Amino acid sequence: MTAALEAVDVTRSYQLDGLTVEALKGVSVTIERGDYAAVVGPSGSGKSTLMHLLGGLDRPTTGVLRVGGRDVADLSADELAEVRNATIGFVFQAFQLLGRTSALDNVAMPLVYRGLRRPERRRRAREALDRVGMGHRLDHRPGQLSGGEQQRVAIARALVGDPQVLLADEPTGNLDTRTGDEVMALLEELNSEQGVAVVLVTHDLEVAARARRSIRVRDGLLEVDA
Amino acid sequence: MRFAEAWRVAVTALRANRLRSLLTMLGVIIGVAAVVVLVAIGTGAKQEVEDQVNGLGANLVIVVPGKLELGSAPTKSRLELGDADRIGRALGQPGQVAVSLASGETVRYGSRSAFTTVNGTNPAVPEVFVRPVARGQYLRQSDVDTRRRVAVVGAGLAETLFDGSDPLGRSISVGGVRFRVIGVFEEVGSSLGTDRDSEVHIPVTAAQRLFGDERVDAFALKAPSTDEIEDVRRTALAVLAERYPDEEFSAVTQDQILGTIGRILGLLTTVLAAIAAISLLVGGVGVSNIMLVSVRERTREIGLRKAVGARTRDITLQFLIEAVLLTTIGGILGIALGVGGSLALSAAFEQLPAVVTWWSPALAFTVSAAVGIFFGVVPARRAGQLDPVVALRTE
Repeated sequence: MTAALEAVDVTRSYQLDGLTVEALKGVSVTIERGDYAAVVGPSGSGKSTLMHLLGGLDRPTTGVLRVGGRDVADLSADELAEVRNATIGFVFQAFQLLGRTSALDNVAMPLVYRGLRRPERRRRAREALDRVGMGHRLDHRPGQLSGGEQQRVAIARALVGDPQVLLADEPTGNLDTRTGDEVMALLEELNSEQGVAVVLVTHDLEVAARARRSIRVRDGLLEVDA
Repeated sequence: MRFAEAWRVAVTALRANRLRSLLTMLGVIIGVAAVVVLVAIGTGAKQEVEDQVNGLGANLVIVVPGKLELGSAPTKSRLELGDADRIGRALGQPGQVAVSLASGETVRYGSRSAFTTVNGTNPAVPEVFVRPVARGQYLRQSDVDTRRRVAVVGAGLAETLFDGSDPLGRSISVGGVRFRVIGVFEEVGSSLGTDRDSEVHIPVTAAQRLFGDERVDAFALKAPSTDEIEDVRRTALAVLAERYPDEEFSAVTQDQILGTIGRILGLLTTVLAAIAAISLLVGGVGVSNIMLVSVRERTREIGLRKAVGARTRDITLQFLIEAVLLTTIGGILGIALGVGGSLALSAAFEQLPAVVTWWSPALAFTVSAAVGIFFGVVPARRAGQLDPVVALRTE
């Protein structure tokens, strides 16, 4: 079985005011299905860049990146969008929910780009919201929900397309400890019961310690992968 | 499905910013309304002129001395009364050629007076023109032959001079000479800027003596049918060319008059509509501007949508629909305003007979949709091509 995400000796450099900044200097990481990994490192270490690459939001300057088994170098921007839609669910620190849209339609949104019809989108969105314990809040807008509830809706949105990987960027960063624990418990439950790989990007060591695997990045290089 | 979603998102976005959407539309509304109103006024003016010219009578040919061209000097007439008979005989309709010798004169009755057009004519006038007499009778051939001082007055002039009392049989002074009123015209309104209701018709022979002139200004003929207009025109010119080999004469038809005026009014309408269209263009720039604002405001939403699988064209379409909705809704409101304004204008001012044609709202709608696409495409493409990483990071 192919790995869900695979980066082989990837580098990523940016042009900043005429200077070349190397955010990643050659990193190889493989995320298998069912993995539970935390990407940790201080700010400026390149972990955000790595997460963008693993999420298929960005392309490496050199090296090979495979998302869902497809080499992104072979894909157009639109094809890469399709691969993201099928392979990855994103969970963001700031939830990134659409303010004027109900929980149900927020969750159903990624399925629009899969070409599903509205009744089918809503049916699946309802299921996903049930799975994260938000089945009773379908018609609420994000503003009417607590932070923990919003993040659950966001997780439902990440889950709705049956992805191989949930990519969570500081998922507890905007939550208090107790709510954060609940969200972590939910992610772990999804990992163990549904087999979806979970990749956390965090600098909260307590959160990172819960993962089975720790990927430590420093100065654009992989320090530890264990 | 993707289109339906793009549509839904665009409508939601417009409704979330009602006031902003309305203000943005306002430019398009005003532009479209201006185009519709100006085209309606131009069309109305053209139709009014057509009605007036056709109201003179059917299949008319007017013969005047000189060349009727821009820049030609006015030509002193050499036409004589006898020429009218010659043309009439050549056409096989003797006595059917109307003549005219007109001059402005003061007309008095008692203490009332009016300065008006005094037209020396002959009995052929009611045969050629639509000129019904309401009371009394028109001039007869014997009036012309004996230079009788009788007059037929327009309805408006009769009202001015006699103020409701019966003018028939009364004596009026025309240019200082007394004439007896034998008839009153029906009201016919004005034609090409002349108030025909204030005219006085007197026998052409009496007019020649009154004005000290032995000639006449013009002839008017009526062709038996539309097909024969050209024959009548040629015959009339041929008769005159034979008699006055060194002179120029012109014979114009109603179509020629309408063609010339129509071209002028058409050009005027086009120019006015083009000026109005500039405001439509400015409205389009406003749409473009507000769309850029909308894209900036929703950069994170764009980033999110792209992250979860939206393609470039999904995002572009969403914003393009938003822009086109702005301009077409604005266009529809503008058409309503323009049609309403046109109707109100022609109701309020008799001089502005606005006529709304089917094509001007259709054109305005099409143009406003095109404006939306044209001015929406740049912001929409910019939205579609946003880098999701950058877009998601935007505050």
